[in-house]
Amino acid sequence: MGEEEKLNMEGKASPVVTQTPQGRDPLKGGLKVDYEAVIGLEVHVQLKTNSKIFCPCSTEFGAPPNTHTCPVCQGMPGVLPVLNRKVVEYAIKAALALNCRINPISVFARKNYFYPDLPKGYQISQYELPLAEHGYLEIETSQGKRRIGITRIHMEEDAGKNVHGELGDPHSYVDLNRTGVPLIEIVSEPDIRTPEEARLYLQKLRTIMRYLGISDADMEKGEMRCDANISIRPKGEKRLGVKTELKNMNSFRHVQRALEYEIKRQHRILEEGGEIIQETLLWNPQLGVTETMRSKEEAHDYRYFPDPDLVPLKVSEAWLNEVRSTLPELPDEKKVRFMKSYSLSAYDAEVLISSREMADFYEEAVKAHPSNPKAIANWVMVELMGRLHAENKNIQNSPVSPQQVAQLVALIDRGTISGKMAKEVFAKTYQTGKDPQRIVEEEGLVQLSDESELEVIVERVLDEHPDEVKKYLAGKTKIVGFFVGQIMKATKGKANPQVVNKLLIRKLQERG
Amino acid sequence: MEKISRSEVLHVARLARLEFTPQEVEEFTHQLNRIIEYMDQLKELDTEGVEPTFHALAQTNVMRDDQAKPSLSQEEALANAPDRDERGFFRVPRIIQG
Ligand SMILES: [Zn+2]
Repeated sequence: MGEEEKLNMEGKASPVVTQTPQGRDPLKGGLKVDYEAVIGLEVHVQLKTNSKIFCPCSTEFGAPPNTHTCPVCQGMPGVLPVLNRKVVEYAIKAALALNCRINPISVFARKNYFYPDLPKGYQISQYELPLAEHGYLEIETSQGKRRIGITRIHMEEDAGKNVHGELGDPHSYVDLNRTGVPLIEIVSEPDIRTPEEARLYLQKLRTIMRYLGISDADMEKGEMRCDANISIRPKGEKRLGVKTELKNMNSFRHVQRALEYEIKRQHRILEEGGEIIQETLLWNPQLGVTETMRSKEEAHDYRYFPDPDLVPLKVSEAWLNEVRSTLPELPDEKKVRFMKSYSLSAYDAEVLISSREMADFYEEAVKAHPSNPKAIANWVMVELMGRLHAENKNIQNSPVSPQQVAQLVALIDRGTISGKMAKEVFAKTYQTGKDPQRIVEEEGLVQLSDESELEVIVERVLDEHPDEVKKYLAGKTKIVGFFVGQIMKATKGKANPQVVNKLLIRKLQERG
Repeated sequence: MEKISRSEVLHVARLARLEFTPQEVEEFTHQLNRIIEYMDQLKELDTEGVEPTFHALAQTNVMRDDQAKPSLSQEEALANAPDRDERGFFRVPRIIQG
């Protein structure tokens, strides 16, 4: 199904079910119907700048507690925050890559709440006028392409880190090094329908952030954090059910599992005729359940107002164009180009563009041996990635260079070595870092393709096995395999199988 | 009919972690209502076609380059801390139960 069609189907409103034959509102539950989930994600991405968003303290991770603070990020009275230009640039990059409209004027606002990791008593964020709005991101699901809307992207500062003491310790401990580290918050439309789509959306976001070079977006390291709003409703219903908010999901797997659990939980409640309570839930990965977060009273009353310490931000057309000109080729474009230029399948292209480094590695190899990009893709994806994966390495730590992969494929393509020999050569290159060409020479691994040389061996093998020759001539043509085996044995596996096959058939027929 | 009720004043006070005497609550309720009334007066102006003002200054785009500079030392950073530990953390009453 074409993407257009799919979007139309999505957009077409099915008749709104407000009353059922039983006269019950389906959103109130108590019915055996098919439900669908409605999921929106709020994702925080830590930006990879040198200094914090409003002060020049370092953003370096892992320093001793409270060694990267100053009067600004400590929230001392009388200090003035000054915006880091790079943060704006990075945020604009993200916004452009996510097809957003950049607001020509945006404003910073104070989000007021009290927590020990927030020394000012407010977080500087953007509220009414965020940097960017109305974007989208496309994901490739098992059901086809899906477009997920992006509501808004805004800039804000991170809070500090709380460390809780051992059981029985009546204290918590606060490190303000992270206070003021730049974040962007990316808010999606409630367009996500399954936990799988949520995971794909997050993975795509991570890929884009890495392509842009603005964040490593590693969820396990907290460089990308995700909260989810989730409700369910009978299929076809247009109104939204009561939603819950899920927090504390620190990996793609956790996000998927937490959403799966929460959908089942809500489903059960509705089927039993119960009511969903709007609340914040924490994912407990040990128990595999969502748990009620003790509700902070009036927690959502943030009393936002424009921050008088920060003047409005104007993004001119010129600045926008300047940033746009620095955007790299993005994953979607790269995939299309790979499919076209190298005749790759959608799947192969998708795997190869999954990181910029992998895509670059592949293209460098193709450059060194341009005539067989498909074979190079296979070697990179199967042999190389298989080994790297097993050793928990990524392509940046590959002991095999792109040129070596190219050289190996060229050796096969020229008929110097067989595919089977190539696997051994590859294993040795991987272990030793030696060029395939050199391994082939050192080990005398050159494939025997010379017809006159092979002819002698073929004749000898046929002479040695007159009974088998008779069987072949009597119609048992499958016995060719036996002769191939004998010839391989005689040549220590170096004979070129194609040449051997051709010769065998000819010589056998000559004896008929 | 007053626009700001006593309970709203108490709500905001709680959000701001402020404690008032009953007299103060009366006083602030009264004062806040006078302020809101004054806003009503401003509302009479025709602001059709006037861009909202987000800032008192006409300036925009005050920014700095992304250059890290030395921070306070840990000792300086913790100099005002009501309590701290030997690792260099601020020590506060336990945040979550456990
Ligand atoms: Zn600072």
